[in-house]
Amino acid sequence: MNQDWAVEATGLDKSYGDMKVLREVDLRVARGSVFSLLGPNGAGKTTVVRILATLLRADAGRAEVAGFDIVADRREVRRRISLTGQYAAVDELQTGEENLRMMGLLTGLRRADARARAAQMLEQFDLTEAGSRRVSTYSGGMRRRLDLAASLVGRPEVIFLDEPTTGLDARSRQRMWDVIRGLVDAGVTVFLTTQYLEEADQLADRIAVIDGGRMVAEGTAAELKRQVADQRLEITTRGAAAFDQISRSLGDRAIRADRAALTLGIATDGSAAHVRALLDEIDPSGDYVERFALHSATLDDVFLSLTGHTTRQQETADV
Amino acid sequence: MSDALTMSARSIRLSRRNVDALITSLMLPIMLMLMFVYLFGGAIETGSEYVTYVVPGVILLCAGFGSATTAVTVSQDMTGGIVDRLRSMDVGGAAVLAGHVAASVVRTAASTVIVFGVAFLIGFGSDAGPLEWLAVIGVLLAFVLAISWMAAAIGLVAKSPEAANGFTFVVMFLPYASSAFVPIDTMPSWIQGFAEHQPVTPVIETLRGLLVGTPIGSSASEALAWCAGILLVSVALSGVLFQRRTA
Repeated sequence: MNQDWAVEATGLDKSYGDMKVLREVDLRVARGSVFSLLGPNGAGKTTVVRILATLLRADAGRAEVAGFDIVADRREVRRRISLTGQYAAVDELQTGEENLRMMGLLTGLRRADARARAAQMLEQFDLTEAGSRRVSTYSGGMRRRLDLAASLVGRPEVIFLDEPTTGLDARSRQRMWDVIRGLVDAGVTVFLTTQYLEEADQLADRIAVIDGGRMVAEGTAAELKRQVADQRLEITTRGAAAFDQISRSLGDRAIRADRAALTLGIATDGSAAHVRALLDEIDPSGDYVERFALHSATLDDVFLSLTGHTTRQQETADV
Repeated sequence: MSDALTMSARSIRLSRRNVDALITSLMLPIMLMLMFVYLFGGAIETGSEYVTYVVPGVILLCAGFGSATTAVTVSQDMTGGIVDRLRSMDVGGAAVLAGHVAASVVRTAASTVIVFGVAFLIGFGSDAGPLEWLAVIGVLLAFVLAISWMAAAIGLVAKSPEAANGFTFVVMFLPYASSAFVPIDTMPSWIQGFAEHQPVTPVIETLRGLLVGTPIGSSASEALAWCAGILLVSVALSGVLFQRRTA
């Protein structure tokens, strides 16, 4: 048992038939931190969460959550975690208060305590007024907040949030982020999955990038950004020789390279000064670069720089 | 155990608030009863007042239909997000399903009482004493429990609540091929074998015997054997299915 890690997993494998969903996933989450698993749809994020939350058995590998083995000590793990999935786990035909009270009773609270805890959670999540209304009357954002509140009734140590803001509008998302930040202040460990780079950036202490069931990178937001930057300078070279020359001098800094199209991508902050400096550096004589364009870095750029392939067809917006 | 109580309270509350389903499970048996008594009844020869003959069958149809909707409510839980939440809180499958079955019993008890009320209003008479009534309640309870657990197992297999709803139709139509609405000896011979030996017939014959004094014979023991058998298999099966569905 390791007291420093809220989640520690090694070599998690999972297949459905011939389809390998996870391959040797290793991860560690420090207690009291926010960890974000970032990846596109179908990368295996939900599978990781379901395995760690004891809902799904891995084919190979082992993991401890809150200091207990997820297979051997499943009950102990379940007593210490909560899971908020992509589908709200609240009853539409119950009121917000009834949903919370039910969760309180199921976590072993007495009737009076469950009632008090429900009131407290409604207050904390800004739902006191809506508490006596049926959930079917709630907005999407309110429903997510209630869902999260319901998962917290039992005071879990480790909270799994599977895409907590997917499908929410910008304001509700912002509000959800505030709520999640509040959780961290309370000292719990948050394990969240997301497809949004910005969300991971806003919330997470450490980010792991998953793609095709494989961990492709792990680090702080700043570390990952260093690989991707906010913008990408895309240059088209004048001929294959020029391409090879620049490609060689850039080395790892070329986050994408397409020899057939004679294009190379380089991370930049997008400022005129930096772009000018870059162009001067790679093409001092002005003979090699034919054209250039600036693209906003997307999650795809993270994947591209980390995995060498895109998740979907790249859109280009020339400047 | 306390989880099962909490889940039962939840399921009962949800049933109470699902007004559409509640009205359907009430209106359907009542409409059928009125239809059979007033529209078809005159043409059916049963050797007694038709209303006296048909009420036990309608009561059973009501109980079966009410129980069968458990398949839908279980399926709703399994296909929504709630089952993951409950499992990650270590609430067992038994508690979840028991909650649905408890709600089914309460729901069905309420609708059965109302259907009985309407039956008495349209001229149904019973000479059952307190003991017979207790036995009626016992038989209905056994039947409702058996069908509810079977429905729960179906709800675990169904891919969607809509698919689970198909089960309610199967249960609703079983009484037609039984002694519920017409005597079995008026049916074509190839179907008589099925009608005599399917589970619904002995249950109806037992109810009929208790309520209006027709001979019961071996029906009572057959009825209880069917109910116990269905119940045992369904409970065991739903345990396995819950594990598998959520593995």
